[in-house]
Amino acid sequence: MAAAEFDIPVIKDDIEVPKLREGSMAHAKTFPAAKPVQDSMGYPHELGEDWKERALDKMGDLLGKYRSLKVFMDACVHCGACTDKCHYYLGTSDPKNMPVARQDLMRQVYRRYFTTAGKLFPKLVGAKDLTKEILDDWYSYYYQCSECRRCSVFCPYGIDTAEITMAGREILNHVGMGQKYSNEILSKVHRIGNNLGLPGPALADTLEGLEEDIEADTGVAVKMPLDKKGAEVLLITPSADFFSEPHVESLIGYAKVFHAAGINWTLSTYASEAGNFGLFNGNYESMRKVAMRIRDAALELGVKRIVVGECGHAWRVAYSFWNTLTGIGYGGNDPFSIELQKQLDPTYPQPQHICELTNDLIKSGRIKVDPSANDNLVVTYHDSCNVARASRMGTEPGGQFVIPRELIRSVVNNFRDMADETIGESTFCCGGGGGLLTDDLMEVRVKGALPRATALNNVVKEHQVNFMAMICAICKAQFTKVLPKYGFDMSMVGGVHQLVSKAIKLD
Amino acid sequence: MIYAGMFYIATLLLVVGLGYKIFDYSRTPAPLKIPTTPAPTTQKGVVYRMAKEVVLFESLFKSNKWIWVFGWLFHMGLFLVLARHLRYFTEPVWFWVGIMQPFGKYASIMMVIGLAGLLARRFLVDRVRYISTPSDYLMLVLLIGIGLSGMLMTFVVHTDIVALKGFFMGLMYLDLQPVPQDPILLAHLAMVALLMVIFPISKLLHAPGVFFSPTRNQADNPREHRHVAAWAARLDQKN
Repeated sequence: MAAAEFDIPVIKDDIEVPKLREGSMAHAKTFPAAKPVQDSMGYPHELGEDWKERALDKMGDLLGKYRSLKVFMDACVHCGACTDKCHYYLGTSDPKNMPVARQDLMRQVYRRYFTTAGKLFPKLVGAKDLTKEILDDWYSYYYQCSECRRCSVFCPYGIDTAEITMAGREILNHVGMGQKYSNEILSKVHRIGNNLGLPGPALADTLEGLEEDIEADTGVAVKMPLDKKGAEVLLITPSADFFSEPHVESLIGYAKVFHAAGINWTLSTYASEAGNFGLFNGNYESMRKVAMRIRDAALELGVKRIVVGECGHAWRVAYSFWNTLTGIGYGGNDPFSIELQKQLDPTYPQPQHICELTNDLIKSGRIKVDPSANDNLVVTYHDSCNVARASRMGTEPGGQFVIPRELIRSVVNNFRDMADETIGESTFCCGGGGGLLTDDLMEVRVKGALPRATALNNVVKEHQVNFMAMICAICKAQFTKVLPKYGFDMSMVGGVHQLVSKAIKLD
Repeated sequence: MIYAGMFYIATLLLVVGLGYKIFDYSRTPAPLKIPTTPAPTTQKGVVYRMAKEVVLFESLFKSNKWIWVFGWLFHMGLFLVLARHLRYFTEPVWFWVGIMQPFGKYASIMMVIGLAGLLARRFLVDRVRYISTPSDYLMLVLLIGIGLSGMLMTFVVHTDIVALKGFFMGLMYLDLQPVPQDPILLAHLAMVALLMVIFPISKLLHAPGVFFSPTRNQADNPREHRHVAAWAARLDQKN
């Protein structure tokens, strides 16, 4: 069944807040996961007789495990501050895509079953019995949220809809309504080591081919080592970097940086994936299991540093969660984390973002660049949501905005930022994050990209911008597919290390 | 003595209910570091961020100036009004409460204007109308009722304030005194008692909730400090 036809929104001069159109996106349903996939994840594949009890049990379980969920369910006052902040609302006009309304899909059930007021006076406080219709609404609208956290910036209590979306999806998984796209990817990474299901020999082959390409192009034998024991750096990068365009251009960029700086590095077949879709489902164990592959590879290869390539949600998991999940970081005082932490080189942050690494190398003069190599470009930078609002780079708050821009400005001469309210902590999601990067959600993805496309269009008109740099595999895949629908050329989209790759001087 | 009983029960429900909620929030772990970044990297920084959030409504200011103006007027007004009310519960009246009196008096105007603005938005803005439940309107009406009845007694028809203070001091020292039989006062007090009762079971929990919000109260230092919840630490031991 093909996705229904839909109208591509028209880009206006400004990002406009639309009037409500109730139910305008109720038809968007991502494909459900089939039995084998659900089985492999330990979830049922269809609603059983007891789905309601299962759903409420899981909800109670999550409420007891996550303070975020418990506090966020109670604290909302329906002030409306978030109502015009979600790119999916701005692009679709469906009121259930307003963050508060998305939260209320769960909050109405929470109030009915877990609060005194909702048990006594359901009508008064908007509490509702859990029905199949509500479950369908969850399935529809919790897969129209990219968990980008833009709403959480603007909420006076910091309510983060992503936390509620994650919980909603986890409950859906537990009653047998999993999403095909995310759960297939998770089962692949558990089985093979990366989201694409690319086996070791294929990966080795791909890297060899890339080495030949670089040598043909530059005359320099830049290597892409795989599973090299005793390497200093283990690079963990999204598997899209191995063969997707324009992702692979950034991978070439990383390899050139390591080569030019003389850093002994390696990739791993066992841990050939930075992405971690466990995040999107709000399943701690699943997220931990994916991250454990990286810890295990680091121990096995004996590396001193772990560096992460261009991937937004992966950097969130790496920066914010790896230390918690797997002990990759510092400050552990338990045998589990000490085992790894004593192996890591304390003079570097662990894990380190590739932009932190490259920017330091350029600033300290250890690698040389020629920005005029990118003089055909006028570059802007898209802050990826998970990097912007759920992580950091460098030592200062906001380093995640400063460091990539510093790096870009050192390798290009023409740089223009998009409007302030669309970058930095207010950045608009690409529209394809959080497990939505699938063709069955194309309408949601295209419409959700409207705010970013509008901001981009303005710098294209005013400053002749012809390249939008970014550091996220999902953003790259989403924009190359979706921006052409708004009339942009897909070659406008690329990684920051694609620019580095052009400008770097190899000896 | 209905009012005496009413206030004892309301106070009990408020204290126990709120105490339970705070206990419940504090015992529920936050297994992952999820501050909305850019976030402070130190605990001191977190206190500063939280103070800006609670006193100035910083995030709301970024978000929507109308909600911010009305919300801030209401909350600051309410704060000053409450501070002024301490004079009915202290003998001798604390020095600073004495100074607060004129401010607290006129702050009631701020408070009611803020509430009226918030109520108007619920009717006028289609997005806010869509998300509003009956309780959202009623809560504002209740607060406006409390504000207006109070203002009526402050600015128009004074009530027997000496007897009222006697009533409350009596409640506090278990020496029950009659409440003045002034209909406006009785309405004011009944609405306040109702507010106290619904506080721990309603969205008014945003007041304690904000302090427990992980996106605002966590320091951004996950690479330097290993943060593990008790239920999650058990997973480490299986490896």
